[in-house]
Amino acid sequence: MNFKLIGFILLIVSQTSFATAKIEHWQTSQGSRVYFVQADALPMADIQVVFDAGSARDGQQFGLSALTSGLLDTGAGQWNADQIALRFESVGANFGTGVSSDTASLSLRTLTEPALFDKALETMHVILTKPLFKKADFLREKNRNLSAIKQREESPAEIASLAFSDKLYGTHPYAHPDSGVMATVNNLKASDLAQFYKKYYVASNAIVVIVGNLSKQQAEQTAEKLLTGLPTGQKPEPLPDVTMPTQASEQHIEFPSTQTHVLVGLPGSYRKDPDYYNLYVGNHILGGSGLVSKLFSEVREKRGLAYSASSSFAPMLKPGPFTVSLQTRNDQTKQAVEVLNATLKDFISKGPTQAELDAAKKNIIGGFPMRFDTNKKLATYVAMIGFYDLPLDYLDTFRQKVEETTITTITDAFKRRVNTELLQTITVGNTTTAVAK
Amino acid sequence: MNARLLCAAMLCLPILSANAEPKVTEHVLANGLKVLVKEDHRSPVVVSQVWYKVGSSYEPGGITGISHMLEHMMFKGTDKHAVGEFSRIIAENGGDENAFTGQDYTAYFQTMAADKLEVSMELEADRMRNLHLLPEELKKELQVVTEERRMRTEDNPQGKMQEHFNAMAYSNSPYKHPVIGWPADIANYTVPDLQEWYQRWYAPNNATLVVVGDVKAEDVFALSEKYFAPLKTSEIKPLKPQTEIEQLGIRRITVKVPAKLPSIVMGYKVPVLKTAEKEWEAYALEVLAGVLDGGSSARLSSGLVRGKQIAVAAGAGYGLASRLPDLFELEATPAEGKTLLQMETALKAEVAKLQNSLISEEELSRIKAQVLASAVYERDSNFYQAMQLGMLETVGLGWQKADEYVGKVNQVTAAQVQEVAIKYLIEDHLNIAYLEPQAINKTTTAKKGGA
Repeated sequence: MNFKLIGFILLIVSQTSFATAKIEHWQTSQGSRVYFVQADALPMADIQVVFDAGSARDGQQFGLSALTSGLLDTGAGQWNADQIALRFESVGANFGTGVSSDTASLSLRTLTEPALFDKALETMHVILTKPLFKKADFLREKNRNLSAIKQREESPAEIASLAFSDKLYGTHPYAHPDSGVMATVNNLKASDLAQFYKKYYVASNAIVVIVGNLSKQQAEQTAEKLLTGLPTGQKPEPLPDVTMPTQASEQHIEFPSTQTHVLVGLPGSYRKDPDYYNLYVGNHILGGSGLVSKLFSEVREKRGLAYSASSSFAPMLKPGPFTVSLQTRNDQTKQAVEVLNATLKDFISKGPTQAELDAAKKNIIGGFPMRFDTNKKLATYVAMIGFYDLPLDYLDTFRQKVEETTITTITDAFKRRVNTELLQTITVGNTTTAVAK
Repeated sequence: MNARLLCAAMLCLPILSANAEPKVTEHVLANGLKVLVKEDHRSPVVVSQVWYKVGSSYEPGGITGISHMLEHMMFKGTDKHAVGEFSRIIAENGGDENAFTGQDYTAYFQTMAADKLEVSMELEADRMRNLHLLPEELKKELQVVTEERRMRTEDNPQGKMQEHFNAMAYSNSPYKHPVIGWPADIANYTVPDLQEWYQRWYAPNNATLVVVGDVKAEDVFALSEKYFAPLKTSEIKPLKPQTEIEQLGIRRITVKVPAKLPSIVMGYKVPVLKTAEKEWEAYALEVLAGVLDGGSSARLSSGLVRGKQIAVAAGAGYGLASRLPDLFELEATPAEGKTLLQMETALKAEVAKLQNSLISEEELSRIKAQVLASAVYERDSNFYQAMQLGMLETVGLGWQKADEYVGKVNQVTAAQVQEVAIKYLIEDHLNIAYLEPQAINKTTTAKKGGA
C-alpha cells in the first residue's frame, strides 16, 4: 500500500532505547548466548541471530561483510533463491539479513502455528548453516551492490555521511560504509565471502534473540535447532580503539543541489560507556528530543533555517559518531552553521538549565513504556542488550540511571567528551548559488 | 536503493486489518465528531490520532500544498497556549507526537502512557477550533516548508521524477499536484488563505478521533464528550467530484536531473475500492500487485532481478484505499548495461503474462498466507491499527472495511486477477516516466584544518 504521505513535521531521530521485560538468558550446547522474552498475546515470534561480523570486520575488503550477508538467502542447502523465498512466503513469514558496522544479523518473523513455524525455522537454519555462495548469485548481487554504491553519489545527504565517517575515523574500520566502495567491491570474489562466512558465522560468535509466543522449553529447542551444525569457532579479536582527531577540520564538497547538508561531530560514545546516561540525557536536551530540543528551537522554530536539525550519539562496540546535522538553502549555510555551533558550544559551556533537565527526565521516564510496546521493538532492544553484553537488569535500572543525572554530571561529561576544538565539519552543497545570492 | 521503491505491495498490504480479536467501538458526538476506540491491553500505552477529511486532493490551483502548510502551523499556538507549548506539554508528559499530510487526509497523533490520554485530548480539542495564525510565525514556517521541499523533491531525483510523472499522468484529477505543493504556491500563501482553509475544514463534523491502546472505550468516550463536545461545527460543503477524464493513449515523459542511475515508472489508471464497478476488482488488483511484488518469491524479484537480471531493483504498488481513482504503478532500475527501453519491454511482458495466462495456485495461496499472517503481525503495533481505521474512515470507506479485508482477498480467484489485468492494465491508460541521469560535477575542498 502506497501511503503517499509526507510532512511528518520532523524526522523522528532514532534514539537508543531500552525496554523492561523479563529476559531469560542461557547458552546453547555450543556456547551461543540466547536471550528470550515470552510474549504470549499474539501467535507469532520474532527470532534473530546476530554475529560480530559487521563491516568493521571487512579488513581492507570494504563491502565484504554486507555482500556475505546479502548472499545468504540466495542459495543454501538444496534450495535456490526462489525456493528459499517461497518457503518463507508460503507460510507468511518475513525473513531478512542485514549488517551494521558492528553486526551481521538474520531476522525472522513467523506465526507460531507449528506447521508454519517449523518450515520457517528449518529454512532459516539451512540458510544459516549451509549457504552456497554460488558464483552466479555472487555476480548478480555484487552488481546490485555496485549499482547501489553508484546511486549514493546522487544524494547530497549520502555524500556528506560518507565524508563524515571518513573524517571521523580515518584508518579505523568504522570509517568506510557498510556496503563498501566501488573499487573494493569490484575486487571481491565468491571465495572471499565463503571465507568470511567460515570465520565469523560461528557459534561462539553468535547470539540468539527470541521474542514471542513460545514456552521456555520451545525457545531452548528453537535456539538449539537453529544453530545445529554451526561450528563452534572462535570469537574475533576486539576491534581496534578509535583515535580522536587531533584538530578541528572543515571540508566542503561541491554538489549541484539546492540545499547544503551540514554534519558536525566527532567520535562519541560506546555501549558500555560510564558517561552514557549523562551523554544520553544531555543530548536529549540538545538535539535528541525532536520538536522540543534546543537545536530544533534555535535552527527551525526561531529562524526557519531548516526542516530538520538534530544531534545524536550512536553508541557501538567502540565510540560511534556524535553527529549534529541540518540541511539548509545554499546561501544561508554560513548562518545555519554559526547557529549550530553557537548552540552546541553554549550547551557545552553552560550545560542544561534545571527546567530543561526536569523536562527531559519527565519525557524520557514518562515515555519509558513506549520504548518496548511492540514485540518488534522489544526484540530490537533485547538484541542490543545481548550483543553488547549489557547487564540483564539494564532495562529495570534505566529510569533510575536517567533520574540520577544532574546538571553537573551532564556538563562534566559533555566537556570531557565533546571537545569543540576537535569538531569535524562536512558541508555538501552548491556554493556558486550561495555566491550569486 | 530500495528505499525509493514503491512499498512492496504485500508488505504494505496489511494496511487493512483482519478479523482482529479486539473490536472497534464507535461513538459519534452530537457535533458530528466520530470517535473510534480499539482496546489493546498488551502494554500500558495509548496512541491517539485526530484525522481531518482534508488533504492535497481537496486543494484548488494557486494554493496547492496548503493542507500541509496548515499542518505545520497547527503547532504554533492557540488562544490558550503560546507557540511551541503544545509540543512542550506533550513532551513533559512523556509523549511522542507528530503529524502527516496525504492526498486525502491530514492527521495528528500522540503516543503516550495510557494514563496521559487526557492531556492529548485536551490539546487536540483546543487546536481544532482555536488556532492562532500569526504572520511572523507563518513567515518562518514558510521557510521551513520550502526547505522540506528542497530536501524531498528538488534535490531528490526520484522525488522529482515522481512529481513530474503525476503531473503528466492526470489531466484534471487533483492527484495531479504534489502533497507539498508547487513552489510558486508555497511562496505565496497568506494568513487569510490559511485562516479560510482552517475554518473550512477543521471542525468536529469533519474529523475522526482514533484511540488504540490500554484504555476502556467508555472512558475515552467520556473524555471526548468533555473536551470535544463543546466545539462548534462548520458547514462542510461536498467536494466537487473532479472526475478524471478518460485517457486516450499512452503518455511518456523524460525527466533529466543530476543523478547516477536511470529508472522508469509506469502507471496504469485503475479504480480503487471506493470507485470500482464491482468491489472485488479492487481486491483482485491488490492480489495482482502481490503476484508481481509480494516478496522475494514474487515475479519481479524472481523474474527480472534474478532470472533475467535486467533490473537491479523492481517493484509494483497499488493503493486500494484512495479516495479517487489512482495509478497501479510499476517501477524499476535497470541493471548496468541494460536500457530503459529494455526495462520497459520486460515490465510490459510481465503485464502481458498476467493478461494471457492464469496465475498459479501456488502464487494465489502464497499471497493468501501472507495476508493472513500480516493480519496477525500488524496487531503488534497500535499505531498501525489506528492508522488503518483513521485512513479508511477519512477516505469515506468506513473503518469496517478493515475487518473485511482478509475475507475479501481470500475470495479472489485466478480468473478475476486475469480479468482485471485485461480490463485495466491497458496501453491507452498507461503513463511512463524515464529518469535520464545528467552528469554531477563534484569537487572537494578542505577549508581548514584536516585530520
